[in-house]
Amino acid sequence: MIIELGHFFLALALSISIFQFLLPALGVKFNSYGMMRSASITAFISFILVFLSFLSLVYAYITSDFSVSLVAKNSHSLKPLIYKISGVWGNHEGSLLLWVLILTFYSAAVAILGRRLPLKLISLVLSCQGLIAVAFISFILFTSNPFIRLFFPNIEGEGFNPILQDFGLAIHPPFLYLGYVGLSVTFSFSIAALLIGKVDTIWVKWVRPWTLIAWVFLTVGIALGSWWAYRELGWGGWWFWDPVENASFMPWLAATALLHSSIVAEKRDTLKAWTILLAIIAFSFSLLGTFIVRSGVLISVHSFASDPSRGLYILLLLIFFTGGGLALFAKKAPYLKSGGLFKPLSREGALVINNIIFASAAATVLLGTLYPIFIDAINNSKVSVGPPYFEAVFIPLMVPAILLCAFSPMLSWKRAVIENIIERIIAVFICALFLASIIIIMNDGSASAFLGLFLGFWLICGTLYEFFIKVGIKLSFKIFIQRALNLPRSAYGMSVAHIGVAIFIIGVTVSSAWRIDIEKPIILGEKTIVKDIEITFKSIKRVTGPNWNADRGEFEIITSNRDKHFLYPERRFYPASQVNTSEPAIMSGIFSDLYIVLGESRDNSDSYALRIYYSPFISWIWFGILLMAIGGVLSLSDRKHRLGYDLKRV
Amino acid sequence: MKKLYSYIPLIVFFVLILFFARQLILKEDPSELPSVLLEERFPEIILKKLGGYKLFSVTNLMNANSPSLVNIWSSWCVPCKIEHEFLMRMSSDHNILIYGINYKDKKEDALKVLDLNDNPFYAIGVDLDGLQSINLGVYGVPETFIIDSDGNIRYRHVGPILEYDMQNIILPILDKIMREKI
Repeated sequence: MIIELGHFFLALALSISIFQFLLPALGVKFNSYGMMRSASITAFISFILVFLSFLSLVYAYITSDFSVSLVAKNSHSLKPLIYKISGVWGNHEGSLLLWVLILTFYSAAVAILGRRLPLKLISLVLSCQGLIAVAFISFILFTSNPFIRLFFPNIEGEGFNPILQDFGLAIHPPFLYLGYVGLSVTFSFSIAALLIGKVDTIWVKWVRPWTLIAWVFLTVGIALGSWWAYRELGWGGWWFWDPVENASFMPWLAATALLHSSIVAEKRDTLKAWTILLAIIAFSFSLLGTFIVRSGVLISVHSFASDPSRGLYILLLLIFFTGGGLALFAKKAPYLKSGGLFKPLSREGALVINNIIFASAAATVLLGTLYPIFIDAINNSKVSVGPPYFEAVFIPLMVPAILLCAFSPMLSWKRAVIENIIERIIAVFICALFLASIIIIMNDGSASAFLGLFLGFWLICGTLYEFFIKVGIKLSFKIFIQRALNLPRSAYGMSVAHIGVAIFIIGVTVSSAWRIDIEKPIILGEKTIVKDIEITFKSIKRVTGPNWNADRGEFEIITSNRDKHFLYPERRFYPASQVNTSEPAIMSGIFSDLYIVLGESRDNSDSYALRIYYSPFISWIWFGILLMAIGGVLSLSDRKHRLGYDLKRV
Repeated sequence: MKKLYSYIPLIVFFVLILFFARQLILKEDPSELPSVLLEERFPEIILKKLGGYKLFSVTNLMNANSPSLVNIWSSWCVPCKIEHEFLMRMSSDHNILIYGINYKDKKEDALKVLDLNDNPFYAIGVDLDGLQSINLGVYGVPETFIIDSDGNIRYRHVGPILEYDMQNIILPILDKIMREKI
């Protein structure tokens, strides 16, 4: 009964969304106040309906109602509760419903927070959001309905891909979707601005925080995915340039560019057409990601069960929204008025270069991801593109971006004088060179490790230096503290995020340059030594979990300062889906991770295949990404970015 | 002129769409591409040796006593890592001969993957630039070919072999080929 109610609420949400799209649009055309105002109400109702519909699906999963086809296919009564709930979005149909839930949530949030925005603008934004909701809800109802019942109910569920049974992955899709779908808000704002034909201060003030929100969620979502890959796939890697990973990385790159270009648009009233274009592109990348993951045009481990008819529908959505958005842009953008002129050497100039680099980076990833399709179409030969391509192309692109990132905040707006900052650049350069050289000489590192470390230190030194100059380092301590406290939070946000980037770079560099891999057979009781760490294979036991059983090895770890730890890597077997998985055991530390994977035993003897990875500083990768996200949140909490703030004045 | 520039994004986008549409409509599912080589001899390809492993050459496939698998893999390919376990099970539990073609890989990385205990391959050949695999029509890694005992290609599997594929596709086909012989 409850599942039918959910189905009904979703159908109702579709019709409400049609009103949310039509009424305000007609209201703007005929200048009807009531019709324009209705958008906020329909947006809110639509959210409530989708929310109830989503809850009904969650209920079906929690109660293991195997008469529902989706639950029978993807769940199992023995699954732990949290994975039953995360199972809701662990499949194509359910994840689309989550997508729509987040979309309507954002629409409702825009409706409530945007009460004081110009009526015409907010009406058009909500109308556009309504149209996106119509498209996606009908996609669910007509091609991917999660509420279908089985004619002959199953007694037990078929289980769930066990490799996905992980806490990091359980919360990864909601974060990722909050990011993806958050970009729909900036998209709708751009469409509204193009329709009105005016990009003013209010518009920019609104787009900036929404971009930040989407960017923060996207950042955290990608980090969670990569953290899962590291802990679960059992190979100690954290990024594989897989098409689906790239699908989340492209919107992130576009959003990062958008974040920076909207600063220029806000502060200097210029680059407006470009900002609008980026907003359209960023959301298009979200749609493209959806297309790649669900249509099966590219092969990936992550892909959902693919279905060409779904692929065609998403392709049509992509043509409609992106094509429509870009056509509108082509028609209207030349008439947008642009203000503030600036010299190439200025903060604006540096941010423009940042934008060019990030846009090229997104294009590079796009090209690499889609290259197999292009080549197949052009000369019918088959290729696949792997990390060698991405590493060769992406890293050189990012080097100038990092170099620029350290000193562009020191440049002044409009026109900077190179003499004013040249001393600072030299000081930062020497400092970074010195630190990187010391580490390389002491640890016998390679040239590429040197480059990575140099870039990391360059960015840290540059950011700190800029921060202290801004606060005024030469003043007395009391004034210094006072000025530091008075600094806007967005300034802290920028510095924290940039230092996060630096820490990320250091983590990536050190963990790959000084990583130690050992793969060998080990006999029960044998001891092996990795980098002053003694690892002893103590025992192996059979254990049973909620929906699996496993061989669990016990390893005693004695570190160089005689601390004793135990690690328990497992080989699990999930009877429901007849799948074996390896659960690596990881000893995480600030300065290094020890990662142990237990392999199969050789002919049932006491000899097991063992893989040990020693990765120094690898946790810095996620710590750096987390700092970037924290920087985003700090910036978002800045008074002047608070939604709705100051609207009366402008 | 400025007005024309603003049409560039739209044009680029529609070119992209053409490629997608082609991929979606012509080739409905890339993992089910029929191999042009189906029922034909495994093509003459020349591969290089990987470390101390036995070199895979096409002559291995001719006049063999049993059918075998040829698996194209790379250390940088994630699906291959997931597939690895099933290859291990097929080679150890089912005694199936599996030959590996290491595709566009770095030698050190490939060797790392093939720790002595974890090597499902009877012999391995290296295709450094991927040019040899083009003769096979390789679309991406991983791909697996089933070769009968006369050296003819009988089946082509695109994408990783997982539990389902192993039980319902690969093993039954191998079984069928074995029975033909008797």
